[in-house]
Amino acid sequence: MSGVRVLVGTKKGAFILTSDGKREKWEVSGPHFAGWEIYHMKGSKLDPNRIYASQTSGWFGQVIQRSDDGGKTWFQPGTPPGEEKGPGGTPKGESNKFVYDVSPETGKPLTTHQFYDGTQHPWEFKRVWHLEPSLAEGDTVYAGVEDAALFRSKDGGKSWQELSGLRGHGTGPQWQPGAGGMCLHTVILDPGDPKRIYIAISAAGAFRTDDGGSTWKPINKGLHSLYIPNPTAEVGHCVHHVAMNLKRPNVLFMQKHWDVMRSDNAGDSWKEVSGNLPTDFGFVIDVHAHEPETVYVVPIKSDSEHYVPDGKLRVYRSKTGGNEWEALTNGLPQQNCFVNILRDAMAVDSLDKCGIYFGTSGGQVYVSADAGDTWKAIVHDLPGVLSVEVQTLQ
Amino acid sequence: MIRVVLPQHLRSLAHVGSEVQINVQGAVTLRAILDAIEAEYPMLQGTIRDHVTQERRPFLRFFACGEDMSHESPDTPVPEAVVCGAEPLLVIGAIAGG
Repeated sequence: MSGVRVLVGTKKGAFILTSDGKREKWEVSGPHFAGWEIYHMKGSKLDPNRIYASQTSGWFGQVIQRSDDGGKTWFQPGTPPGEEKGPGGTPKGESNKFVYDVSPETGKPLTTHQFYDGTQHPWEFKRVWHLEPSLAEGDTVYAGVEDAALFRSKDGGKSWQELSGLRGHGTGPQWQPGAGGMCLHTVILDPGDPKRIYIAISAAGAFRTDDGGSTWKPINKGLHSLYIPNPTAEVGHCVHHVAMNLKRPNVLFMQKHWDVMRSDNAGDSWKEVSGNLPTDFGFVIDVHAHEPETVYVVPIKSDSEHYVPDGKLRVYRSKTGGNEWEALTNGLPQQNCFVNILRDAMAVDSLDKCGIYFGTSGGQVYVSADAGDTWKAIVHDLPGVLSVEVQTLQ
Repeated sequence: MIRVVLPQHLRSLAHVGSEVQINVQGAVTLRAILDAIEAEYPMLQGTIRDHVTQERRPFLRFFACGEDMSHESPDTPVPEAVVCGAEPLLVIGAIAGG
């Protein structure tokens, strides 16, 4: 019996929505970690019962949670139940510890980055935006953090080490925060090449490693951003999200601050595919699980409003890999709607009829069990949604 | 026995009630109390003090016997009423919305 498990991170806790393969009737579990911001949750493809969660707070800092039973129970990997103290009472708690690598042996000297006012500012860890479990190693998981850097745990989230080659690329002083902070928000693992990883940073751009994270190259050729001094600069672009169809890993789709982009060569170059979208600003972008030329975005009015245009919640779908877009509205509010959909708040399942999911700043989580033709709200009134991921369970 | 009152978020994280009681060896200072709390409840590491600098997180404050100790040296002894358990040390989250 197939089914789905939707992992929803909100401003005030985590929720888990489950259904069978029909995706009509739903059970809702939560709030987990009530009162905390849950920036992201994601399950392992190797072991679907293994789920990681980024629990964070401006008051109390970063906490990493893990479940090994599909979200029923949770623990901090550095302090599993019954092992809350190390030998001699030595405290553990390392799972919450994200420290930038400044060692001369393995890291590069920590640079500064550009602050909002153009001055240079030291790197300061704030939170984990995105957790990405490895496709190949069961206890390996990556964390994209603010201020932008990539960390990796090889022990199931107990301890974290920075992949400092990214920040050491040399362009760090040109990176700058977007409105949400200087965050590394996208981590995409190439299913066919475990050494190839894509990441994206607001506002630095997209980067790729082909050696497992030791060295990185910016992959922003073809991006054009009018809001930076050099619109075609190597770095500095505010990339909002990048998506890939796992069966065709060299083709990437990007929602930039403005512009929807496409790359057919693993990010080496990009071309714009915004086409007939009502606005090419937005945050989310995703690709159909079985049709690699079918792409989804949700256009957002900007620069300051950051809600859907005309009071209408419309997902746009292209079946041609971009440029030609159709509005999907059946089941979505078409008047007096002024919500936003944040960059990690859309996901697709891999059932035969691909399911599409997204969550809004108004606390709704919508599902389409027919690839976008019709929609319905699974829940209406959660706290503002920060992220949505889905696990397809067989 | 030292009594410490934690904010709600940290109570749920540590799976404790509104007040915890800990033993502190030697001089009873803010640093010694926080060290003891983190030893007893390691999941709280990094949530009251920064992991690396060991400095108080900016949106937290410490009060004892009606006095604000947030800006005192961490090696300042706490009042005798806290040492003997008559009064708790309060760890309070700043009221800043949310």
